[in-house]
Amino acid sequence: MKVHEYQAKALMAKYGIPVPKGGVAATPDEAKKVAAGLGGSVVVKAQVHAGGRGKAGGVKVVANPDEAAEFTKSILGTQLVTFQTGPEGVPVTSVLVEETMDIVKELYLAMLIEPSTRSIVVIASEAGGMDIEEVAATTPEKILRAVVDPTVGLQPYQGRQLAYGMGMAPELVRPAADLMIKLYKLFIENDCSQAEINPLVVTGDGRVLPVDAKLTIDDDAMFRHKDLAELRDAGQEDPLEAQANDIGVIYVRLDGDVGCLVNGAGLAMATMDVVTNVGAKPANFLDVGGGADEERIRAAVGILLSDPNVKRVLVNIFGGILRCDMLARGLVAAYADTKSTAPLVVRMLGTNAEEGRQVLSESGLNVTIAHTFNDAAEALRA
Amino acid sequence: MSILVNKDSRILVQGITGKEGSFHTLRCMEYGTNVVAGVTPGRGGSIFGDTSVPVFNTVEEAVRETGANVALIFVPAPFAADAIVESADAGIPLVVPIAEGIPPHDMVPVARYLDASTSTRMLGPNCPGLISPGDFCKVGIMPGAIHKAGKVGIVSRSGTLTYEAVGQLSGLDIGQSTCVGIGGDPVSGTTFVDVLRLFNEDPDTDAVVLIGEIGGTKEQEAAEFIKAEMKKPVASLIVGASAPPGKRMGHAGAIISGAAGRADEKMKALIAAGASPIPTPGDIGLTIQEILGK
Repeated sequence: MKVHEYQAKALMAKYGIPVPKGGVAATPDEAKKVAAGLGGSVVVKAQVHAGGRGKAGGVKVVANPDEAAEFTKSILGTQLVTFQTGPEGVPVTSVLVEETMDIVKELYLAMLIEPSTRSIVVIASEAGGMDIEEVAATTPEKILRAVVDPTVGLQPYQGRQLAYGMGMAPELVRPAADLMIKLYKLFIENDCSQAEINPLVVTGDGRVLPVDAKLTIDDDAMFRHKDLAELRDAGQEDPLEAQANDIGVIYVRLDGDVGCLVNGAGLAMATMDVVTNVGAKPANFLDVGGGADEERIRAAVGILLSDPNVKRVLVNIFGGILRCDMLARGLVAAYADTKSTAPLVVRMLGTNAEEGRQVLSESGLNVTIAHTFNDAAEALRA
Repeated sequence: MSILVNKDSRILVQGITGKEGSFHTLRCMEYGTNVVAGVTPGRGGSIFGDTSVPVFNTVEEAVRETGANVALIFVPAPFAADAIVESADAGIPLVVPIAEGIPPHDMVPVARYLDASTSTRMLGPNCPGLISPGDFCKVGIMPGAIHKAGKVGIVSRSGTLTYEAVGQLSGLDIGQSTCVGIGGDPVSGTTFVDVLRLFNEDPDTDAVVLIGEIGGTKEQEAAEFIKAEMKKPVASLIVGASAPPGKRMGHAGAIISGAAGRADEKMKALIAAGASPIPTPGDIGLTIQEILGK
């Protein structure tokens, strides 16, 4: 689960990490008030779950409270399109109004769970404010790492080592290390899968603090963070993905026209690849899982069919625990619910596959039966 | 012969009385698996369903009474870390947690603990388990009937895609030595390299199918091993080439962040190491048939 920058900073402040002065606003008036409270020039930042806001026109430094209100008015209610969003963008429903700072240095700091070391890793770089992938590719020597042993946690010496490595002034090394230790505590206690501060800045008056902050809370750990659930902003998610999330099905919307109904994540990815290989484009990733019942299949297929881009549907099911006949009945019900006429290519193997094919062939839907993976692909070749 | 499990494996099921646990335990037993014990705290002293499998309150007691040496874990994700450590502390050499959705923050310390303080190997989590058809030993949730005893090893990050591979091989009358699902989570136990090493040393495995996917660098690590040590042919398939970066494709580990996580980068590394590429997911069986025919 992604959270907004203002939410991430509030959580950081709770852990004693210094953050810029400011406040969130949902109306131009509120923005004006926050700006007046800060005095002087302020920065107004659109709150969306996507990077690249600055280049997309979602961030502006303004001279006074009236200008803050004006800029807020101009972006609230719009869709912000950045390189990380689709062409439709994401809605701006609030802004963060913050003090401007005299920035003398921009650094990079992140924490993540690294599969290869099976550990939490701290990444730091003197090249802040840039795309870190780019830094890693062009100047890998500027990327510093510290691997954390979970039995002792992140140690202050590791923080100091990273701070020295980033070339920080001696008097700032301890504050920087202290910030890292606090961020690690936040990371652990809130089951974060990623924390990124880019840039982490050093100001002219000797402060070290985050100018931007991204936090992702692990979805699988939400069961023990009821308090964090209220930070979810479903408006930032694709509406169909949000619906799928609510019924416990994994659905990712893509931009093609072939709706894909598959069980199992690996088989679902393989199916998308096969669709792509024959020159067609998948409309979605959808894993209905092994334990889905007829109602959940019906709801999931309903979501898939309510994407107006879907013109055809590919069903690829390896029945195990999931019975093909039950899946077929849920599918037929969803077609009836949505009044869809999208033709189907169906491949079913495993438990009750024959019965499943029969349900579909008696349904009156436009069904092409395929027996192998390659047959299914050929049936989609336009 | 086979790897990891065989006819001498004595299986203990943690969470045997739960819905998933009881259903799959029966399927494993029907296949011929030697299930010797179940563990559900509070249900000790009872017998599992219509079988003769005793249920214990603790793993320690179950191991003492039955000599169980493999733990198949159906405990739900929020409690799975505890179950894994309980079996490891009871000295079980192989633990297989099936659950999807164990918080990675639970698995980081568990993985470290297993490595540093025990000699237990973990397969998974978020995996279908493993099966050695020649020994009638199924330790997991895969449909047993599609398998056939033989000499091809399979190792995969995906469940249903492994069944797909097995289906294609069995359809061509090519049997399997052991099929191993290492799971789709970012923090997991047994790696591709671990399984390749075992297949390399197994006299009854002639060739290996390796099925990887986007995200992480496990396939690149496999490629290094193949190049340096693998004596047997490996055919590999990487799925997720069509997935957009930054989006999690079901499996928590299947998210592209950075170039190394991309399907083409992984495939390039495997081909450079000498693995045969499987052109599309529909060609798993045919690729192996060709390799074995040579």
